Amino acid sequence: MTNHWSDIKNADVVLIMGGNAAEAHPCGFKWVTEAKATNKARLVVVDPRFTRSAALADLYAPIRTGTDIAFLGGVIHYLISTNKVHLDYIKSYTDMSYLVKDEFAFEDGFFSGYDAEKRKYDKSGWDYQLGDDGFVKTDPTLENPRCVWNLMKAHFSRYTPEVVENICGTPKDKFLQVAEMLGSTHTPNRVMTILYALGWTQHSVGSQIIRTAAMVQLLLGNIGRAGGGVNALRGHSNIQGLTDLGLLSNLLPGYMTLPGEKETDYAQYIAKRAPKPMRPGQLSYWQNYGKFHVSLMKAWYGAAATRENNWAFDYLPKLDKSYDVLQVFELMHQGKMNGYVAQGFNPLNSFPNKAKVGAALAKLKFLVIIDPLATETSEFWQNHGEFNDVDPAKIATTVFRLPSTCFAEEDGAIINSGRWLQWHWKGAEPPGEAKTDPEIMAGIFLRLREMYKKDGGAFPDPILNLTWAYKVPSEPSPEELAKEYNGKTFADQLDPKDPTKVIKKAGELLDGFAQLKDDGSTACGCWIFSGAWTEKGNMMARRDNADPWHNGQTLGWAFAWPANRRILYNRAAADPAGKPWDARRKQVWWDAAQGKWVGSDVPDFKIDSAPEDGMGPFIMNPEGVARFFARGMMNEGPFPEHYEPFETPIGVNPMHPKNPKATSNPAARVFKGDMEAFGTAKEFPYAATTYRLTEHFHYWTKHVESNAIIQPEQFVEIGEALAKEKGIAAGDRVKVSSNRGYIKAVAVVTKRIQPLKVDGKTVHHVGIPLHWGFKGVAKNGFITNTLTPFVGDGNTQTPEFKSFLVNVEKA
Amino acid sequence: MALQSLDIAKRSATTTEPPQARKTLEVAKLIDVSKCIGCKACQVACMQWNDLRDEVGTCAGTYDNPRDMTDQSWTVMRYAEVETDRGLEWLIRKDGCMHCEDPGCLKACPAPGAIIKYTNGIVDFHQENCIGCGYCIAGCPFNVPRISKKDSKAYKCTLCSDRVAVGLEPACVKVCPTGCISFGSKADMQDLAEERVTELKERGFTNAGLYDPAGVGGTHVMYVLNHADQPTLYSGLPANPTIAPTVTLWKSIAKPLAMAGIAAAALGGLFHYVMKGPNEVSKEVEAEVEKELEAEK
Amino acid sequence: MQLSRRQFFKVAAGGLTGSSLVAMGFSPTAALAEVRSFKLARSTETRNTCPYCSVGCGIIMYSLGDRAKNAHAEIIHIEGDPDHPVNRGTLCPKGAGLLDFVHSKNRLRYPEVREPGSKEWKRVGWDEAFDRIAKLMKEDRDANFVAKNADGTTVNRWLTTGFLAASASSNEAGYITHKVVRNLGMLAFDNQARV
Repeated sequence: MTNHWSDIKNADVVLIMGGNAAEAHPCGFKWVTEAKATNKARLVVVDPRFTRSAALADLYAPIRTGTDIAFLGGVIHYLISTNKVHLDYIKSYTDMSYLVKDEFAFEDGFFSGYDAEKRKYDKSGWDYQLGDDGFVKTDPTLENPRCVWNLMKAHFSRYTPEVVENICGTPKDKFLQVAEMLGSTHTPNRVMTILYALGWTQHSVGSQIIRTAAMVQLLLGNIGRAGGGVNALRGHSNIQGLTDLGLLSNLLPGYMTLPGEKETDYAQYIAKRAPKPMRPGQLSYWQNYGKFHVSLMKAWYGAAATRENNWAFDYLPKLDKSYDVLQVFELMHQGKMNGYVAQGFNPLNSFPNKAKVGAALAKLKFLVIIDPLATETSEFWQNHGEFNDVDPAKIATTVFRLPSTCFAEEDGAIINSGRWLQWHWKGAEPPGEAKTDPEIMAGIFLRLREMYKKDGGAFPDPILNLTWAYKVPSEPSPEELAKEYNGKTFADQLDPKDPTKVIKKAGELLDGFAQLKDDGSTACGCWIFSGAWTEKGNMMARRDNADPWHNGQTLGWAFAWPANRRILYNRAAADPAGKPWDARRKQVWWDAAQGKWVGSDVPDFKIDSAPEDGMGPFIMNPEGVARFFARGMMNEGPFPEHYEPFETPIGVNPMHPKNPKATSNPAARVFKGDMEAFGTAKEFPYAATTYRLTEHFHYWTKHVESNAIIQPEQFVEIGEALAKEKGIAAGDRVKVSSNRGYIKAVAVVTKRIQPLKVDGKTVHHVGIPLHWGFKGVAKNGFITNTLTPFVGDGNTQTPEFKSFLVNVEKA
Repeated sequence: MALQSLDIAKRSATTTEPPQARKTLEVAKLIDVSKCIGCKACQVACMQWNDLRDEVGTCAGTYDNPRDMTDQSWTVMRYAEVETDRGLEWLIRKDGCMHCEDPGCLKACPAPGAIIKYTNGIVDFHQENCIGCGYCIAGCPFNVPRISKKDSKAYKCTLCSDRVAVGLEPACVKVCPTGCISFGSKADMQDLAEERVTELKERGFTNAGLYDPAGVGGTHVMYVLNHADQPTLYSGLPANPTIAPTVTLWKSIAKPLAMAGIAAAALGGLFHYVMKGPNEVSKEVEAEVEKELEAEK
Repeated sequence: MQLSRRQFFKVAAGGLTGSSLVAMGFSPTAALAEVRSFKLARSTETRNTCPYCSVGCGIIMYSLGDRAKNAHAEIIHIEGDPDHPVNRGTLCPKGAGLLDFVHSKNRLRYPEVREPGSKEWKRVGWDEAFDRIAKLMKEDRDANFVAKNADGTTVNRWLTTGFLAASASSNEAGYITHKVVRNLGMLAFDNQARV
């Protein structure tokens, strides 16, 4: 989230789209009901189904799954054409006046530079024009046809309300009501928040959907402001933390990135990630990348990371391609992997095309499961009848299952969607012999290190040099680890303003990432967490819930990264002169007398940079402003464009009917064999989408008795019209099949799913809750991902769980 | 413990007047259905606090689970998809004991002390005194109490009398994530309801209102309904609940008459009940009451 | 109505005798109404965070005993933390049922192994499990570690073993997991954020 949960109460309009906050985040949703009750806020829900969120909405609009870009593109067109934009905001805080290279073009569904063979773009033309001074050329008059504003206007002019209706199936009047409601927040005294979740990420164009939403919020001037923002409601309790800590194939902690194999030169590796400002007077905060990186390598390798060995640059593995889970299971399926460890993760249920995932696991030599619960993955080799019809005798994988503790049995911090690091305390001993995850990691690592020490082996250097100065090596404590990611100094650190003053003594914990150095004198395991555990103690354990500004910003509660800041980009809550846009919603502002930024939040800005300096509020971007034009940062284009899901119920992209290659995301990666496993509307005529129910959490609570009682058995939801057509009554058992397999479940027949008229055809949706499996105290059921396609978003490779095709028949 | 220390207002099948001098705070729970998402947190909180676990059932093609109240499920959510002039509405109501000011269950209950009404308004069942006759069910205009198959005792929501007794709110109130359930003095809850109704009217629910039915003397569980003119839309919430005529008849006419007539025989009757279970009734009475029930439908 | 008609009439007679009896002054003296005693009066409270979604609700776990040496702390009840600024004591149906997660009969208790082709689990000790896993990992790493790519560039990667990290384990677990996994040269490394 750019903002945080309690901040939702400050909104005038709440848009829930690509998510179902009432269902999946009920306790966060309370701040929506609070905004409605105390702020007269209006709730708008756009979803293929009339959800629990929709039940409380002031305005609900149906939409065909996978067409959010068309809908939001229509909103952009509406805002621009009716002049409902916050002009003062976008003039100063976005790239609207920047000039784009002449090579950039968009034609017939493709942006310039497309290579159909490789399904990839050459993105070199997707950039700004640079002047002789090295800075981006701009035209503040907005007259130049190559300025971002004019290109964007032209791009979205095609998304008329009629086009939206035709693609999304949203009746035109409903769409216009939504657009008008959203547009009402373009004035400085009204703010909208957008709440989304996996209903946006789990598409082959997921990242671009979110970008479109961000563009809407920028046009309305709603980023950086209380009650505003683009808010990702994360799906798991510490998925935010695990991502922040970089546990992804291409990342290092704190959103630093691993080097590619072509990046052989350390200095260039750093320089590429520490861009110089693209406009005069901009901060471009990533220029500090080197400090964060060196401090990480010092935390991991201590004395073995030296200036001479480029801070152990060679210890880091170099990427030749992405190793996201789809790629990894593709390799596993090809028999190219031998070992796999699943720590608190249930891939058999969580990944698309269960048949492929199961077959891939069966090709492993060994599989290690670390989990508090008996997961399906741990028993992928066991025959569970129709739910998992395999022959154990034919599966040669050795499977280890190690019991781990759950939340109640350990100390530590987890991070919520609002980026709050919250400490928790152990309340009981774990059952049986269960161990904590750090103990288990230590158990494996210490044995490996011992063997490498004794017997040698492939490149033992990093293993032998990894810092491991924990008091009990087999049980690194949460406190020690938290201090390690906070960071410390090896040498006395002097005040940059007064070198006679020592601000940090050698060995002390750091106060924050501003104290990090690239000379090897500091260590920090995750720079954005710096400040979490300082010499003053554990900041994550703070419990002062005072809210002196009555805006829900409890700065004394826990610790929010970065730097305890609660709303990102909050400099944009003030106008270019440094005055709050809205006196009712003050965030940070310029105090000329003190010569610094002050306010109810920790300013997300150079604290002493006066408004006259012209520094932009988006300090992480080298431009200093937010981008409508994504340059080369997205794989399928600098502007979002509607593409159909890979399994489309209409078989054509109505935006580009003459270019079948632009039907679905032209830059999405599809493996051989998976393209063939896509179904067509002829055999599988219904648009399917998977989702959570509020009674359950993912694949865990089917093991939990009270949740099994309130939602015991697998079901699918179909609309009354389709049910009638198929002769299905509520409570009947139905078989739902895709080109990859089938599930059987009880039918819930509902008015809440209505057929939509799309491109001249009637499209029915089938809703498929995901929570069941063959282990649990709830009634056993089929793994929903038996049905889903093995294709991901063009940038993140997040699977397209939200839009695919099925058939339904009475079982 | 004595009646006075327990702040008891009424006790089933007991004519001894409880002490009346003390006035305790009259409490109420307000359920604002316009804020309810039907998440069932209240159901889980209820089973957790009261140490109840119903069976893992099946899906009958709806979201209702457990499908009805039982001795293990003292509250359930009821879901109704209704088309109104506003379009489709998903009206979700938390069902459970209404804690009537004039509780039909207590009136009907023949077992001394099996049903208690506290001075704060809570109506509570005391299973150790319950004879499992089920008369409370007949007496309840909301069809709430349920007899356990295991111990033949009647069970229902206690409004967490054990929590309220130590100054806490009921478990369902505390847990409710959207703030749809509130708890406080009955007067405060009526004020809050008024605020909510004003808010809903501003949003176009012109018939929004408070459900605090007079037919049972008002309730200590009240609803804010966005369509207060049509309570039956909410999975059959009775529009004008009253205590069943059979119970009224029994209490106001039959009982005094019977008492006069059977005084001498009563002691024997009790022993008979204790030793052999309840008597069979005459075909005559059966036919009469059956007629009344038919008329009720 | 669940009560059968027949039951309904049986009731009438019992009611008659019961209430008549009391009316005449035979009020039972024992077992007057009492509310259930408050079950948490002296239990130990521990603050924690709900492990399900990302709202990060504060919870209070109530456990048996007062942390005395001989008292085994068993969690007996879980409720929302009213001080928490986001959930303010509330929970959703999942959070409200956390006690049943802690005590789920499907919690794993001991390390186990399933041998190739076998139909069943076999209980093993931690040492055996760790030893075998470490050995398998080392064998695979030593056999398949790529120190240099085809161009002769140092790449130091190990691609034949992968790791999926948890979505609910704490930062400290995540941090040390990353430290160990990356240090071995693994790239096939993701967490739930990917899906």
